Amino acid sequence: MRRSRWAALIAVVAALVAVGVAYAVLNAQSKAAAAPAESATSAQLEEGRKLFLEGCSSCHGLNAEGIDGATVNNGGNGGPSLIGVGSASVHFQVSTGRMPLAGPAAQAPVKTVEYTAEETEALAAYIASLAPGPASPSEEELDFSEADVAEGGELFRTNCSQCHNFAGRGGALSDGAYAPSILDATPQQIYEAMLTGPQQMPVFSNESLTVEEKQAILAYVDDLRTAPNPAGQDLGSLGPVGDGLFAWLVGIVLFVAVAVWIGARVR
Amino acid sequence: MSATVNAGKKAATYVDDRFASANFFKRSLGKVFPDHWSFMLGEIALYSFIVILLSGTFLTFWFKPSMVEVIYDGSYAPLKGVEMSEAYASTLDISFDIRGGLLMRQIHHWAALFFVAAISVHLLRVFFTGAFRKPREFNWLIGVGLLTLALVAGFAGYSLPDDLLSGTGLRIAQGIMLSIPLVGTYLSWFVFGGEFPGTDIISRLYAVHILLVPGIILALVTAHLIMVWYQKHTQYPGPGRTNENVVGYRLMPIYMAKAGGFFFAVFGITTLVAGLVTINPIWAYGPYTPDQVTAGSQPDWYIGWLEGALRLMPNVETVIFGFTISWNIFIPAAVVPGLVFTAMALYPWFESWVTGDTKEHHILDRPRNNPTRTGIGVMALTFYILLWIGGGNDLIARFFDVSVNAITWFLRIGIFVLPPIAFVITKRICLSLQRRDREKLLHGRETGQILRLPHGEFIEIHGPISVEERAVLLSKPEVEPLALPPTEDANGVKNKKAGRNRLRSRLSNWFYGDNIPLPTPEELAAADAHLAHEIEQTTPVLDEATALRVGTPGVIADEGVLHDDPKLVAAARDAARTIEAERGENKS
Ligand code: HEC
Ligand code: HEC
Ligand code: HEM
Repeated sequence: MRRSRWAALIAVVAALVAVGVAYAVLNAQSKAAAAPAESATSAQLEEGRKLFLEGCSSCHGLNAEGIDGATVNNGGNGGPSLIGVGSASVHFQVSTGRMPLAGPAAQAPVKTVEYTAEETEALAAYIASLAPGPASPSEEELDFSEADVAEGGELFRTNCSQCHNFAGRGGALSDGAYAPSILDATPQQIYEAMLTGPQQMPVFSNESLTVEEKQAILAYVDDLRTAPNPAGQDLGSLGPVGDGLFAWLVGIVLFVAVAVWIGARVR
Repeated sequence: MSATVNAGKKAATYVDDRFASANFFKRSLGKVFPDHWSFMLGEIALYSFIVILLSGTFLTFWFKPSMVEVIYDGSYAPLKGVEMSEAYASTLDISFDIRGGLLMRQIHHWAALFFVAAISVHLLRVFFTGAFRKPREFNWLIGVGLLTLALVAGFAGYSLPDDLLSGTGLRIAQGIMLSIPLVGTYLSWFVFGGEFPGTDIISRLYAVHILLVPGIILALVTAHLIMVWYQKHTQYPGPGRTNENVVGYRLMPIYMAKAGGFFFAVFGITTLVAGLVTINPIWAYGPYTPDQVTAGSQPDWYIGWLEGALRLMPNVETVIFGFTISWNIFIPAAVVPGLVFTAMALYPWFESWVTGDTKEHHILDRPRNNPTRTGIGVMALTFYILLWIGGGNDLIARFFDVSVNAITWFLRIGIFVLPPIAFVITKRICLSLQRRDREKLLHGRETGQILRLPHGEFIEIHGPISVEERAVLLSKPEVEPLALPPTEDANGVKNKKAGRNRLRSRLSNWFYGDNIPLPTPEELAAADAHLAHEIEQTTPVLDEATALRVGTPGVIADEGVLHDDPKLVAAARDAARTIEAERGENKS
């Protein structure tokens, strides 16, 4: 019996040490992620600056200070200041293809991505080096394998579905703006969208939605994307309007066709 | 005689000895019904209703109409551990843990959508053919009652699972109650048993949904069908059909077979759709909590027009003596539907008052022969569809990439401008169809065949119209607008009703004024003689015209036989082509 008592003690100590070490490592890593400017190499910053001057400065200014006056949204060609927007915003905007903007639109559309992953990192590092801002999430922050899907569902319905619809399929906002479908976004982009709140979307800082809660949302969105629908074809998950259209265009049309057929069959 | 037949006879005699029912059956089963596919639209409604009753009964075995909060522990993982009402949890159980439950839920909900849609097309058929006229006004009234009850049943059912959309819908319903001046607040407290949402509403709606409304619907449907039975079904005009007879087939065996088959077709299609296509995925909407909402929160389609009215109404409120009157809700959600249903219910009496028509009608109108009624119908339909579009404005904005605000403004103006335009266009179309009918009676049918006479002139050949068509065209009722009333009678006494009757006469002129009359019997006789002559004339010409090329569209001459049967024409052309092709081959 003595042996097992020692064993228990050793196990507890070992576990404590392991947790401590893991915490230190994770903490250091998330710090690193929160301040990528420090870890970015000067070569990367230089490349980022070059890319920025070539592709972005026409709208955002030579020093990313923004161009005053009319913005692209209302027909001019000015972009907002990028000082302090952080790497999360740059990565989100560039990796979804929103930036560089092609031309006037109610809001920057998602389109083909123009920069490689490395170039995007470089751009993000460069902007982040100008002033601190929300940083792209680390791998740990994006790991939602332990997250609670059900909690994510509740958070999603409380915070996101009023714009993005219950199934993440998107919806219209006023004056031609819209919340896009989020089913094609990567976990990183979803996380960054929450951190930076593009356009009419609110910012969900780590105070309003903790890292665990964000992970829960990631898990729920992943479930929305991958779980098979137990009830058949979902008609785009648009809610009752889709059902009504189907009832008329397929249901009633079929019934009337059968009626006509039977009607023509008596003679 | 075989043993089975004998046994059958014995059984029949046994029953007849006790119920004296043989005569009844002989009479009833031999009853003649007119035949047309559009008379089966009411049947679709009936059969969907039966499907609803069957599938709904299944659901009641497991549904728990309770708003007690429970922690979900069923097999749908993304909701495990979430707090929800028992109603919602039991609906999840039906969907995921009860065999066949999901299919039954989907059958029930799809059938409900089909039910109201079938009622709607049935109503349109009845309206546009004037089947609501004397003596069937009260059956129309029962119909309006049925439509209203169907909407109530649907709304109550939609609210039962207590999912996010249910709750959102109930919240709107509560807002509508609150908007009713004076009594609104009391009404809401009364219905919800206190504050919204409270803990009573689901169990109350349950009683309404499974007992009260279906019970009344069942009773009214029975009355509806009994009236169809005793007043006899109307028939479309045709040869040998009069206001006094019914031309059709006997109930037994033709209609029994048809109706039975049709029931299974409706049931089968509903089940197929329910098995393949999701409807109301409540697990994806989540349980109702007042702080949540989703984009695309819409009611089922038949409430969509009211949703649209709400979305279109500008935000106006007035404050009187410290009470707020929310016109922005009261007008679209209470006044508009009130007016629409009242107008619909009273329409038969309105029409007979305006036209002064007090005759019984068992022959249906062709919609073109009553252009004003048809115009009014299309006008109402346009109004309805515009409101409907308003109810889905957010989705239209997304899919057609336009701004929600632009759609809303378009519709705000459109609901006043477009229905009258639709009225005018419809009426014109009807009148030109009438004109064409008159032409046909006078000049026969245009065959589309152009004939070149030997001296070079081109004429179009007219053919006689078929007996069926002629009977249909001649069925057009003669209508006269009401004359202006005299302002005083022969003794110089003032006519007190003159004012009202003048209005009536004006309306009547508006209703019937533009009518294109049928040819008079003399005109008809002359036209028939002329046509006979024309045909006589052209036939010999055709004989000489065999040389005309076969294959030119519109010109056909074949051994002097006048062909108007498209199949024969096509066959002749094919034959000519084959001959030509063979010639070509021989040459090469
Ligand atoms: C044609 C002009 C134009 C070009 C080129 C352009 N942008 Fe933008 N950018 C805008 C406008 C306008 C906005 C604001 C509208 C929006 O957020 O959709 C914006 C917004 C942004 C934002 C979000 C700012 C915030 O507040 O979070 C970032 C980050 C960004 N741009 C980065 C870039 C980068 C990096 C490039 C080059 C690859 C680039 N942009 C090229 C016009 C432009
Ligand atoms: C007020 C409405 C609103 C709310 C609430 C909202 N969003 Fe958004 N969201 C938007 C809009 C608008 C955009 C598009 C921004 C743009 O194009 O610049 C967007 C974009 C996104 C994108 C990018 C999609 C893509 O593929 O490009 C993601 C991911 C996203 N949102 C996730 C979320 C999540 C997760 C939540 C809840 C925590 C949320 N949103 C809440 C309005 C909203
Ligand atoms: C529960 C809903 C309803 C059911 C099950 C139903 C069923 C039927 C059936 C089976 C018929 C005979 C066949 C036919 O003409 O289609 C009929 C006739 C009729 N229905 Fe309905 N109906 C419903 C709702 C309505 C509504 C909403 C209206 C109009 C407001 C209406 C008005 C009439 C009239 C006037 C007739 C007599 C038609 C004629 O004789 O030509 N019904 N109904």
